[in-house]
Amino acid sequence: MAKNEKAGSDLVASTSVNSSVELGTAVVAPDSFENPGFPAHRERVTDLNPKKMKRAERAVYVLFYLSIVGSLFAIFAYMFFPIEDGDTTSIRLNTLFIGLGITLSLLALGIAAVHWGKAVMADKEGVDHRHPVRGNDETRARAVEIFKEADEESGFSRRTLIRNGLIAAIVAFPLPAIALFRGLAPMNVDPNNQMKYTMWKKGLRLTQDPTGTPIKASDLTIGSAFQVIPEGLVDLPEKEMLNAKAKAAVLLVRLKPEDLKWADPQREAWSYQGIVAYSKICTHVGCPVALYEQQTHHLLCPCHQSQFDITEQAKVIFGPAARPLPQLPITVDAEGYLVATSDFTEPVGPSFWERSK
Amino acid sequence: MSITAKASNYLDERTSISGAVKEFGRKIFPDHWSFLLGEVALYSFVIILLSGTFLTFFFQASMTPVEYSGSYVPLKGVEMSAAMSSTLDISFDIRGGLLMRQVHHWAALLFVSAIGLHMLRVFFTGAFRKPREINWSIGFVLFVLAMAEGFTGYSLPDDLLSGNGLRIIDGMIVAFPVVGTWISFLLFGGEFPGGDIVGRLYSLHILLLPLIVIAFIGVHLMFVIIHKHTQYPGPGRTEQNVVGYPVLPVYAAKAGGFFFIVFGVVALFAATVTINPIWSYGPYDPSPVSAGTQPDWYIGFADGALRLMPPHLETYWFGYTWSWNILIPVIILVVFLAVVFAYPFFEAWVTGDKREHHLLDRPRNAPVRTAIGAAGVTFYAVLWAAASSDIIATHFKVTMEGVINTLQILLVLGPIFAFMITKRMCLALQKKDREIVLHGYETGRIVRLPGGEFIEVHEQIDEFERWQLVSFNDNAPIMLRPNPRGRITSRMRARANWSRFFFEDRIAPVSKSEHMEALEHAHH
Repeated sequence: MAKNEKAGSDLVASTSVNSSVELGTAVVAPDSFENPGFPAHRERVTDLNPKKMKRAERAVYVLFYLSIVGSLFAIFAYMFFPIEDGDTTSIRLNTLFIGLGITLSLLALGIAAVHWGKAVMADKEGVDHRHPVRGNDETRARAVEIFKEADEESGFSRRTLIRNGLIAAIVAFPLPAIALFRGLAPMNVDPNNQMKYTMWKKGLRLTQDPTGTPIKASDLTIGSAFQVIPEGLVDLPEKEMLNAKAKAAVLLVRLKPEDLKWADPQREAWSYQGIVAYSKICTHVGCPVALYEQQTHHLLCPCHQSQFDITEQAKVIFGPAARPLPQLPITVDAEGYLVATSDFTEPVGPSFWERSK
Repeated sequence: MSITAKASNYLDERTSISGAVKEFGRKIFPDHWSFLLGEVALYSFVIILLSGTFLTFFFQASMTPVEYSGSYVPLKGVEMSAAMSSTLDISFDIRGGLLMRQVHHWAALLFVSAIGLHMLRVFFTGAFRKPREINWSIGFVLFVLAMAEGFTGYSLPDDLLSGNGLRIIDGMIVAFPVVGTWISFLLFGGEFPGGDIVGRLYSLHILLLPLIVIAFIGVHLMFVIIHKHTQYPGPGRTEQNVVGYPVLPVYAAKAGGFFFIVFGVVALFAATVTINPIWSYGPYDPSPVSAGTQPDWYIGFADGALRLMPPHLETYWFGYTWSWNILIPVIILVVFLAVVFAYPFFEAWVTGDKREHHLLDRPRNAPVRTAIGAAGVTFYAVLWAAASSDIIATHFKVTMEGVINTLQILLVLGPIFAFMITKRMCLALQKKDREIVLHGYETGRIVRLPGGEFIEVHEQIDEFERWQLVSFNDNAPIMLRPNPRGRITSRMRARANWSRFFFEDRIAPVSKSEHMEALEHAHH
């Protein structure tokens, strides 16, 4: 506290120096040094030596002409290094030479101008006087007066009904614009309903991504993994296809049945002889959980490194994800092809507000 | 009359332009390399406008599916959006198109970097103090707008990498309580990815956002003229003057030339270094993703914040889902940005200093501010590093879990250590300055005294150098005194505590009497 009291006395001493502006915590010591003023001007080498000045002048105009050479070079490069169909080298050369020409043109121009300013133009430092940013007292008084007069003449504060009407109208007038923006999303569609269901349904075959070839249980050896999309997805129009795929993408893995641990015994029936299917859409923010580590049976999301353990119902073992990947119940049909026995039993992908409703 | 005189007369009689020339023609601008950072930001924005305009002539902001038939062989016949296909055409079928794309992307990266560095310069030199607090806020808005511009532009080609970026944004939006799902639907025109987002981002990217950026740049520069530029302290420089070179001719030559140098460097990068090779990623598809995905650098801190969350942060309350693994990083980022925005106003409140400040602080002379800045930089840097956690792990052959856990600890402890170390360094540098003023500098001349003792001769520095070391703002903590009504309010107490935090450890500048005393002491 001793320090504080000393500071207080400093403050009292300092505020008397300039009483018009508050100093706050700033301390102005009474016997501080005085500003010594500008040091003597130092001449540049180009001011002292005419030869050097000549050389600097020459450098400046040579650079300007060099800049023109660069511009012309870029135009010639445009003409003489065309892009030839399917030839990547031609693209590289076209980019490189046009680019280098432009670079030379710009850099030479810029360096010349700066060099001109620094070495050749008169080296005369100037001093401008600063004025306080605030308007002077007279101006401020007049500004206040103008507002008063305007208020008097309009009755802005006197005629409160008019004033309040104006404010309310101004608040209300942009509201229709907000309503208009409703059209950004399709009408008559409940987002929350759409986000809860995918294309999968009972009996739909699991097919390979992106070919759409159905998969037989016998196609999978132990340890292998397949990127899977529902049957018929590839035949959808492009736009619907991407939307459907963004929810329905699945990763199919075959493990030894004894390696799979079922915390929920009912879910064992969702697998088929060690073949399990999990949603590929990360429960964190929706990146595809595309990296399967065969040794550890871990799935890794390359975006934020969430890791899921396939052997334990895809529970989260590391990273920012909160929930396990949803499991797709599967079985085989009469022909031995893998099919879904229903849609996912919970919404896939990132969590959303109404998810558990 | 000469032709120029006639032309000038014609113009002035119709525009009164001679007034502007008189007012601004010889306006003085101070010189320092760190003042160029803001210029780099401005110039890279001009480069972005020029190259971007070129790109709009060829780019098709549409997600209509087309079959690619351009000259890039590996993607021939592949179904993709018109946006992706036209971006490939710009890259492979239009001469100089790839160059312009790369100019645009490199200039965008430079734009955000230059704004960031400019903000750091303004922060560490205290250039945000009265009367420039509002201009700091405007600059801050520009920083956020620049990131928004970057992100909307990055997403336009509709390639695999940017599509995954949008997927992440969508995943974050839907996590928002109450409105999240609807905002996502409004933005994407239905479910992700839909067919509208590229066109909508395009409107934002080339129309709305640039207009706002230009308006804010205008106001930002207008304030620079109204306030006149700050200057570093030095002999002859005061709070009442500006020392430097006049706009015409020297400043115009140097600043104008510098524009071309910045443009030239960007062109050199664009000509020689590939950026964002969308052809190797392919068109967007929700199923595949490449390992080692990275956003553009300025989005890294946000991505890193997502990565550092521990698992299982989600709760079900009142039947609704609360995704804390998204909400906590978002809150952290918003608070961080809010602190950056509010700092000038906060410091002004703590010091209560109502004077105008046109002389900059040397960072060492504001130890706590500098330390706060260092802590902020460290915090940002850890988040930023986290966005490359997987790349760090694979390059340095360490475990991913190890990298994440280390960064989680660093995120908390790093800023604290950075604060302490920086503050001590500033105080030590201030002590060194005092020492040099009081006892002179070491000349390296060893003299043997008659008594046999060896001493190194110290020489006093000249008055100009001394001024550099003794002319700085000194602050002391306020003493808590009751107000006129005899009370100590909690607000007053908080301010006193903060002022103690800022100025408790304090090295005062050398005064004349101290210096005199030291000189006399040396003579005896």
